[in-house]
Amino acid sequence: MAEFFNEYIFGDGPWSWLGYVIAALIACILIIHVVAVGAMGFIWLERKVAGRIQDRLGPTRVGGKFGWLQTLADGIKLIAKEDLTPDVADRFLFKIAPYVAFAASFSAFIALPFADGVVANHVNTAVFFVLAVLGLEVFGVILAGYGSGSKWSLFGAMREAAQVVSYEVPLGMCVVVPVFLCGTMNLTTIGNMQEGFITNWLVFNDPFTFVIAIVYFTCATASVNRAPFDLAEAESELVAGFHTEYSGLRWSLFFMAEYGSMFLVSGLAVILFFGGSNGPIPVGDWLANLLGGVEGSIGANLPSLGAITVGVIGVANFIFKGAIGVTVMIWIRWTFPRLRIDQVMAMCLKYCVPIAAFCFVGAVGWEVLDLPTPNNLDEKSRYEYHEKWSQEYLKTQRESVPTENDTHVQQAVPAEAIVTTVAVSQSDLDVNGGKQ
Amino acid sequence: MSATNIDDPRVIEFDVRTDEMIINMGPQHPSTHGVLRLALRTDGEIVSDLEPHIGYLHRCAEKIGENLTARQFVPYTDRMDYLAAMNMNLGWALTIEKLLDHDVPEKGRHLRVLICEMNRIASHLVAMGTYGLDLGAFSPFLYAFRERERILDLFEKTCGARLTYSYIAPGGATADLPVGWTAECSKFINQFKKVIPEFHTLLTTNAIFIARTTGVGILSPRMAIDYGCTGPVLRGSGVYHDLRFHGEERYTELYDGYEFDVICADSETGKYPSSHQEVYKDGLEYPDVPSDAILGDCWHRFYVRMLEVVQSVRLVEQSIVKYDACSGSHGEPIKLTQKLPVGEAYLETEAPRGQMGFYVVSDGQSNPWRVRARSSCFSNLYVTAPLCRGVLLADVPAVVGSLDVVMGEIDR
Repeated sequence: MAEFFNEYIFGDGPWSWLGYVIAALIACILIIHVVAVGAMGFIWLERKVAGRIQDRLGPTRVGGKFGWLQTLADGIKLIAKEDLTPDVADRFLFKIAPYVAFAASFSAFIALPFADGVVANHVNTAVFFVLAVLGLEVFGVILAGYGSGSKWSLFGAMREAAQVVSYEVPLGMCVVVPVFLCGTMNLTTIGNMQEGFITNWLVFNDPFTFVIAIVYFTCATASVNRAPFDLAEAESELVAGFHTEYSGLRWSLFFMAEYGSMFLVSGLAVILFFGGSNGPIPVGDWLANLLGGVEGSIGANLPSLGAITVGVIGVANFIFKGAIGVTVMIWIRWTFPRLRIDQVMAMCLKYCVPIAAFCFVGAVGWEVLDLPTPNNLDEKSRYEYHEKWSQEYLKTQRESVPTENDTHVQQAVPAEAIVTTVAVSQSDLDVNGGKQ
Repeated sequence: MSATNIDDPRVIEFDVRTDEMIINMGPQHPSTHGVLRLALRTDGEIVSDLEPHIGYLHRCAEKIGENLTARQFVPYTDRMDYLAAMNMNLGWALTIEKLLDHDVPEKGRHLRVLICEMNRIASHLVAMGTYGLDLGAFSPFLYAFRERERILDLFEKTCGARLTYSYIAPGGATADLPVGWTAECSKFINQFKKVIPEFHTLLTTNAIFIARTTGVGILSPRMAIDYGCTGPVLRGSGVYHDLRFHGEERYTELYDGYEFDVICADSETGKYPSSHQEVYKDGLEYPDVPSDAILGDCWHRFYVRMLEVVQSVRLVEQSIVKYDACSGSHGEPIKLTQKLPVGEAYLETEAPRGQMGFYVVSDGQSNPWRVRARSSCFSNLYVTAPLCRGVLLADVPAVVGSLDVVMGEIDR
């Protein structure tokens, strides 16, 4: 996008930085809007699902029969409310904490691919990036609890701190399994490697990954502070926990962050275990073939009709599966009582960690012993499942490189190209090493 | 602490000890059941000491009683335990009847059993629902309130009120039950019997619920008696005591000819009476006591209430039959300015939360000379301090919720 601006407006002159700034701003606004609208949708979903679980209707008035606009109405109400800061609060920390939580939750979406190529930024180590940025959200909670100057908020913050060290360990161990099975940290590649029928999903790869998927979902629920792990905001014990003193828009930022993270961790679960943007049946590919294949193109730079179809179906698959994950979290929240802090820590450290460790070893053993799996990941080349654009890029690179220089591909690629295509790792450029 | 010297190995322990924090739980707090204020002394998450403060809902009910006639005081008893107002009415009515030596006709007796046991069901439903809320489970609360609404609808048909009924009055009741009320009531009871297992799947047998409540807040039978605990709190500790069996004759004769059990774990086998199986002839079984549960813990107190609901269902079923068989008067209430004979009367009844006692002294006027109410929740509340010493912060709502206190009754 930045190149587009520079090409048509600013040129290569001293004003070229403006193109980057505008492109970044547009990207930020897009991400915030996509995620915020998504979060509002999930807030509506939670109210409806909770209503049905509790034998009532949920919102029915605002925005038609199903109360579609209830969240928007609530949002307007929250914006109109007075923004209170307690006298004893640490004003700076108190004010910045919601933005930390909000920014962390939303910026993790930068690296989350909704389908092949439908991602804000192609990050080669997306798994690492998402987990690291999601971990920052905890800082928002702790700062809020500490900065509020309320004892209840402080309790919430300390609980969050105790909880984070409990669930981060098993969560990391669970995420590592799909990473080593696919041999990449690129989320798009992991998703693409599960294409085909439902049996190709990593959750069905072997019995251990099935267990790992369940452990991951448990830890993910803990990581987004959802019941039964919502200790930091336990309303029956800590009034409202870390956000006791917040009102209006600042409070709603925490709320949005929570729902954003809920979709984020479900989306991560979808990519790592449940096939990414691939549906249970590869309908998308069939349709694409009917419409003239993915490779063909209509115009000069426009993707083909088949490619667009595959993309749309992929995004729909991803959002649908992510929404199912969110619904399960909602379902759990409105069914179970809350755990106690010692029980949360016992669950994460005494049960989840050993189970995750055992399954990690088991999954490694399964691959080492070459036991049968539906997906046969070890026979697949990671290279073939990269994002489409990087494959095309590699193809052009390979064509331009003379055969005698095969072992020195790196030199043949212009330094600038390597910088701009971080998603293409060095080993992938090695044509002979294309097969794992 | 000052007595320790430097050679004392415990000194190091004191050195690394963190500061204690005193926090107020309440009077505005989501889980303190009204306006209870608990002053907690916490060491991190551990509650080292706790003191309940009461009086935020004090309305001088006893003093008001001295300025009103016996009949006029009935609405004030409603506002004591507002979740079981019928049982409060009954306690006051029986006390005044005892002072007057007035007997209620047979139909009025069955009407009182019917109404009071219905209110006991409603009251225990609130206790169960809010206990789920205290532990973070929101949905059981709404399930419980859905059923309670149906009971309130029935009550509304008897007296027009949904919370403060003033229905049972000294001498009988303000009105007879409307035509067709008992049929509606049996319809509700039949439907309600099917719903009870839902609560067990949501709470009683839920693994997290069991983990949160078993072994927490263990109240030994000795301590329960020493503190004067009554009702489900006492029976949850395995003390076989229910005023419907063990009370004064004027009260127990209400239940003459009724078949029901005192819900209390057998002191030797630890088993609960199995008569509730009779209600479920189609084979629905009640959950077993989990292996972690210790007699007198929160789980047992909760479970006793759940089983008492079934006993109340049995009583309601029997009383509907008996009431329908009766004819004649339900018992007219005493006159508004009825003069009370010189003397005094004290009577305790088994309200849903324990023994509710009323004491009346009269000097021969219409207004009593002195009114005193003995609150069960007051005694029950004061075991929170010993039960909560050394527990985690999250256990405090669990313990207070299992005692099921109503501040209106404590403060009066």
